[in-house]
Amino acid sequence: MRIPMTEYLIIDLDTERWNCRVCNQDLGEARGNYKEGTLVYDRDPTEIHQSILDPEKYEFTFAPDPTFCRILEFYCPGCGTQLETEYVPPGHPPTVDMLWDIDSLRETWAKRGTKPEVVINYGPGEEAVADFAPALGSHNTHNHSPHSFS
Amino acid sequence: MTLTANEPSTTGPAGDTSQPLTAQEQQWVDQFMDETTLFLGPDPAIMRSHQITSRSAYEDECISKGVDPIKVDRIRKRLAGALDEGYEMCEAMGAAPGAKWGDLTTAIYTAEGDVTYLSCHGVIAFSAILHHPIRYIMKYWKDEPTVGINPGDGFIHNDARYGNVHNTDQSMIMPIFREGKIIAWVAATIHEGENGACEPGGMPSGSETPFDDGLRMSPFKIVEKGELRRDLLTFLQHSVRDPKLQLADLKVKIGAVQRIQERVDSIIDEVGVETFVAALRVTVEDVEQEVKRRISELPDGTVSFNQFMDSTLKENILIKFACKVTVKGEKMTVDLRGTGPEILNRAINSPLCSVKSMMMQAILAFWWPDLPRCTSAMSPIDIISDEHTWADAGYDAPMGQSLQASFRGFSALQTAFAKMQFSNPEKFSNVLAPWFNQINTFLWGGLTQHGDQVGNLCADLNGMGGGAKAFRDGEDAVSPLFCAMADTAEQEVMEEEVPFMQLVSKRIVRDNQGFGKNSGGMGYEMIVAAEGTPMWGFMTVTSGSKFSSVTGMFGGYGCSTTPLAMVKGINIYDIIRKDSSKFDLSMERIMNEQPYEGGKYTTAHMGLQFDVAKDGEMYMIAQGSGGGYGDVLERDPEAVAKDLELGRISPKVATSIYGVVWDPETFVVDQEATTQLRHDSRQARIARGKPYKEFLEGYVKTEPPKDLLYYGSWGDDTEELTATHFTNNGPERVKATIDKLPLIMLPDRREVKISALEDRIRELELKHGEVVHRKS
Repeated sequence: MRIPMTEYLIIDLDTERWNCRVCNQDLGEARGNYKEGTLVYDRDPTEIHQSILDPEKYEFTFAPDPTFCRILEFYCPGCGTQLETEYVPPGHPPTVDMLWDIDSLRETWAKRGTKPEVVINYGPGEEAVADFAPALGSHNTHNHSPHSFS
Repeated sequence: MTLTANEPSTTGPAGDTSQPLTAQEQQWVDQFMDETTLFLGPDPAIMRSHQITSRSAYEDECISKGVDPIKVDRIRKRLAGALDEGYEMCEAMGAAPGAKWGDLTTAIYTAEGDVTYLSCHGVIAFSAILHHPIRYIMKYWKDEPTVGINPGDGFIHNDARYGNVHNTDQSMIMPIFREGKIIAWVAATIHEGENGACEPGGMPSGSETPFDDGLRMSPFKIVEKGELRRDLLTFLQHSVRDPKLQLADLKVKIGAVQRIQERVDSIIDEVGVETFVAALRVTVEDVEQEVKRRISELPDGTVSFNQFMDSTLKENILIKFACKVTVKGEKMTVDLRGTGPEILNRAINSPLCSVKSMMMQAILAFWWPDLPRCTSAMSPIDIISDEHTWADAGYDAPMGQSLQASFRGFSALQTAFAKMQFSNPEKFSNVLAPWFNQINTFLWGGLTQHGDQVGNLCADLNGMGGGAKAFRDGEDAVSPLFCAMADTAEQEVMEEEVPFMQLVSKRIVRDNQGFGKNSGGMGYEMIVAAEGTPMWGFMTVTSGSKFSSVTGMFGGYGCSTTPLAMVKGINIYDIIRKDSSKFDLSMERIMNEQPYEGGKYTTAHMGLQFDVAKDGEMYMIAQGSGGGYGDVLERDPEAVAKDLELGRISPKVATSIYGVVWDPETFVVDQEATTQLRHDSRQARIARGKPYKEFLEGYVKTEPPKDLLYYGSWGDDTEELTATHFTNNGPERVKATIDKLPLIMLPDRREVKISALEDRIRELELKHGEVVHRKS
């Protein structure tokens, strides 16, 4: 049984692994930190939140100060989807943002008796799937179900 | 030192082998202590508790006679109607700008002070806070011969140390009696604004001691048997900048509460006291049970979310707000340990009760908005917090701008819940990216064109951008996190009362967007300038100019930072009177083109202490955006092209962030080129991203950057807090648990600046061989 836990992450209760919902890439032990299975990039925040006021003239410009703030971008190594971002001071350890009780999760869903991938209808859309096709070297499927690749 | 009335009685220090006191002796000691208490300060036994009281014997008796759920529901609906009527009276007649925009609440409570029902409109946070003053009144004033509680009495308070969202809010709390017994309470609370603080408007960013925060009203009786006490009213009017407002809104609140009481009287006449009391109590208990059930439906586990605030409102620092939410069965625990220490000469600290009130705002407005707004909605949630952190500040810490900490409490719970509820098939609200969490607006004060002395603020703080949802973009400038139906008011109406204009009002700032598959609701800019007044000034009271105030969700990005910009030394009114073509204003254009000769163009962080505004000098700010949801490369390219066509985003953002290619003439998306660009962007991510463990080795440092004033735990696996302590020998970084940290105070920033300038002068003198003899 596979439980969608976030927009891009699923927990497979049979294998007890985190997987990417877009490409099914394995992201590590479901009882642990999914971030350990990701690729991480230390993004200068001024590249994302760009200056609106002239940075040559002013200290405060709408862009964060990179000596105060960094954006950690967590990518899926399989498809390059940006699974999560985190705003941190430079050098601050990333937060372990989710740790789930897998035994309890299994028990809860067994009791519910419904299919999680049917009843949880939030998830990545056509754009994620459409773009994944060229990465596979295949044609664009335009399939609305990201799980067709699993 | 804090003196409180409830120091536990003791039989002696630990290890004392003397005889324990007999019951009679203990009674004498207790009586002696009661009669000789020096000062009845905030009572920790009351203030640390957010749980409902246990059922009283009378409530039990009422409930035991049978509860008809249909009847309870009817009573509840009629109460909701009565409370909304009271709310509308306050909104329609209130003199405070806050009242006019809905920044208020009316509520009914059980006899013990648990909120049973709140008005459908207004600030939900009050449902977690107003039990404190009632419990205080019941504990200390009910049997106090010089006070007492009688029919027709009304109590007022504002000080958050006794339970309030913040000190600008003033309450009117009145009991309902039947047969000599208190059976319920009714209250109205309005964000009054002005409270005599060191700066106008009631939320001073510049307060450095608790005595700079203005009125310190512990709960006291100001209405006696239906009559407003003129002596106390005069004292309050004398203590604030706006005596007319102080009187007007006291009358409005008394009127609203009395109207609600009339409605309650008719309900009781109809159903009887016992059914009424049972209905109040059953509502509170039912909500608690339902909250437990909803918690038990969430997956067991822990969600953590750290926030970093970049300002004391006087200087830029980084201070952490740590939060771990753990669900186990029907129990939820919110752990705030790791949060930075209180700063004893800055305004950003908050009492824990105010932080909890904003957590309640997240719970009842963003998690389970269908529940009656009861104190019990938070009862099943344990909150672990260290006293003397900035989110759980002590009695001696200034709290003038406590929203800085309390709003982080909101964001902690609102943000974490997206992860907690995502996999739950039973949802009561959307999965949502963070709501913007700063009250970016202008506070103002001085003499009006009518000669009145005033101090208050612009309603534009209510134009916060909403967080992106799982299925759609967040709404632009939709509402403040604390009040879904608050209004941004009619600026033109305000301009009849105050001597300034919003030269630019509610214009979306291009690129000020939380980028994502679904984008965060955008914020707008406002430009103000005063004219025709002998004395006027503006303030801003927020953070987020160096570190984004809210993050994104599930791969989306957070908000931009927001600066304060000013043009001083010009009179924009003279300029546009001479040449109306110059009235083409935007912060971006004015600051980048600097079109007004002789103007001094500056930017600053958003903590501006009261700044005297000469005629026509311009002050410019922007509201922030809600967080974005999902990967930017998943955003519908047509939505990107539409934003581009409307000028909401720049071509640079469309290309570099969203990976969209379009025809600049027609704004038609080139689908093929977009697919290729997005594919290339994903490949670039895979190429530049490092495996997690390898990344940590290069990135994580054992402590914050040397020159950064950082406060809070560094990483989440430590009990120690890092802080910079200013000693005789200058700044010194310390690391210790909260109980062992030195008192944290920051130096006067002007002295720091002067000292740096003096050093520079000496350096230049040395360089140029100039000898200057100075006397100390």
